[in-house]
Amino acid sequence: MKVLVAIKRVVDYNIKVRIKPDGSNVDIDNVKMGVNPFDENAIEEALRLKEKGIATEIVAVTLGGSINQDVLRHALAMGVDRAVLVESDAVLQPLGVAKLLKAVVEREQPSLVILGKQAIDDDAGQTGQMLAGLLGYGQGTFASTLAIQNNEAVVTREIDGGSEQIAVTLPAVLTADLRLNEPRFVKLPNLMMARKKPIETISANDLGVDASPRLKQVQVSEPPVRKPGIKVGSVQELLEKLRTEHGMDLKGNK
Amino acid sequence: MSILVLAEYEGTQLSPAVYHAVSAAQTWNLPVHVLVAGSNVASIASQAAAIQGVAQVIKAEAAHLGHLLAEDAAGIIAAIGKNYQVILATHSAFSRNILPRAAALLDVAMISDVLEIKAGNTYTRSIYAGSLYSTVQSADAIQVLTVHGSNFALAATGGNAEVMGMDVPAASGKSRWISASHVESDRPALGTAKVVVSGGRSLGSAEKFEAVLSPLAHKLGGALGATRAAVDAGFAPNEIQVGQSGVVVAPELYIAVGVSGAVQHTYGMKESKVIVAINQDPDAPIFQVADYGLVADLFEAVPALTAELN
Ligand SMILES: Cc1cc2nc3c(=O)[nH]c(=O)nc-3n(C[C@H](O)[C@H](O)[C@H](O)COP(=O)(O)OP(=O)(O)OC[C@H]3O[C@@H](n4cnc5c(N)ncnc54)[C@H](O)[C@@H]3O)c2cc1C
Ligand SMILES: Nc1ncnc2c1ncn2[C@@H]1O[C@H](COP(=O)(O)O)[C@@H](O)[C@H]1O
Repeated sequence: MKVLVAIKRVVDYNIKVRIKPDGSNVDIDNVKMGVNPFDENAIEEALRLKEKGIATEIVAVTLGGSINQDVLRHALAMGVDRAVLVESDAVLQPLGVAKLLKAVVEREQPSLVILGKQAIDDDAGQTGQMLAGLLGYGQGTFASTLAIQNNEAVVTREIDGGSEQIAVTLPAVLTADLRLNEPRFVKLPNLMMARKKPIETISANDLGVDASPRLKQVQVSEPPVRKPGIKVGSVQELLEKLRTEHGMDLKGNK
Repeated sequence: MSILVLAEYEGTQLSPAVYHAVSAAQTWNLPVHVLVAGSNVASIASQAAAIQGVAQVIKAEAAHLGHLLAEDAAGIIAAIGKNYQVILATHSAFSRNILPRAAALLDVAMISDVLEIKAGNTYTRSIYAGSLYSTVQSADAIQVLTVHGSNFALAATGGNAEVMGMDVPAASGKSRWISASHVESDRPALGTAKVVVSGGRSLGSAEKFEAVLSPLAHKLGGALGATRAAVDAGFAPNEIQVGQSGVVVAPELYIAVGVSGAVQHTYGMKESKVIVAINQDPDAPIFQVADYGLVADLFEAVPALTAELN
């Protein structure tokens, strides 16, 4: 069975992103970029399916400028079989990404598509569900475990206050929670080898999809700052502040 | 045109999320409808009908909706969505599963976790784990969004809306529910607790996490929370992870114990009314969001604090 993994190139999660002086957008020139963390979980899970003899071919796909080749190299170094760049310099938003990915799914015909549950830059958490809806496939979102049994993906999903298990008929779309697995480290020799592997490039325009953005970003701004706090010297002082300045009685249950 | 709110519930109880969503929906000054989908939801529908400001409850009842799979729920919203100007819910694992799919079926964008609704289909939301705010304007005919619950008041009860049925589309059959596990606890639910005591990796073990933090949470009638590092280390269960990839809370009082204060964590708690941090490192970033910081060894400070409450 073929598995397609969608990966997004995002700012490294350790970096504090700045705003452009005119407030029109974030300034990510010359900032460290990498594979969206949840998408690494998606790649890792696909690799494990292959190691178990369930998956036969893993294709990684990313949408964006030619600079996105670096995240595909990373995926190749982790062990995916093929890498596809859908090249576009346009602004991409989840609905547009889902439409382009749908076109890729129609070409590649995978049994399973795995995405990250959210991208850590836009924090949208939409693309997988949108893709599943457009394809008319079942969806298994926020997956923390996965097993393939009898033409179904059996998924544990992280939900509010607990978890649930569902089975989704293949072909299906899944989105990976960080809990799904621990992604492997990429070894340097693998990275060197991945540099020599081919990357297939498709122009987004050739997919015949209207992926134009529906949302216009008006402004990017700093969140309001919290009133600076103070340091207290003892637990007694802490309780006194909470009681006198915030009217908390903090009587304490027995 | 009207506004549609997607209802969420737990057992026979309508979730507080719905009351937040209804008050957000009132921003538009249009009639607010609430969609209650499920297999046996008469009581949920009447709770929704009793929310002030709700004009109509649409009850989508069918045997196959017992576990409200995303394919079926999104199908229902897509079937009636064209009648609405706005479709919204409070941001939660439930709504995040369903609404993006419904938006795609309606061929419109979705705006996730909206902090502020402005005039002219314009919204402010956070990006980069809450480190920045982005204001976006939507060009779509139907606005689909989730709102950040704690930023919108709880709508009051005392309303008396009509409850209407609807023809439910057939089951999609693309997925089936197997089982669920909910954490049983006599503590208040994390999402709605007035006090949250959260611990980090520095607690050292599951036993110490429980032994040090539980007595304090109990004394304060609060819930326990945890960082991802604590959850990954097996000190605390998944469900109580606070942050970008966990739960977002906004209690009256949040006590962060041995938590460094990574943005991925503060995303989930920085809207709390009063934040207390106990950390032995005076330069820990958590002190930048804390109203009161205590630089101390947690293994001494927390038991001392608990004892003071006696
Ligand atoms: C995509 C992504 C999503 C993430 N989502 C989340 C999320 O939802 N929630 C989340 O929490 N994290 C999340 N993280 C992880 C986050 O980046 C941090 O790694 C994590 O929050 C750190 O947890 P911590 O504070 O327990 O541990 P550490 O960062 O290791 O901090 C431990 C702290 O304890 C203090 N300490 C140690 N001993 C004592 C003592 N005896 N007394 C007092 N203080 C002591 C130290 O000074 C230190 O500040 C995410 C990361 C990524 C990449
Ligand atoms: N430009 C992109 N290229 C490839 N995959 C993407 C892209 N944008 C989003 N995705 C996928 O969709 C997931 C969710 O993204 P989002 O809906 O933006 O939070 C990501 O984790 C990726 O798996």
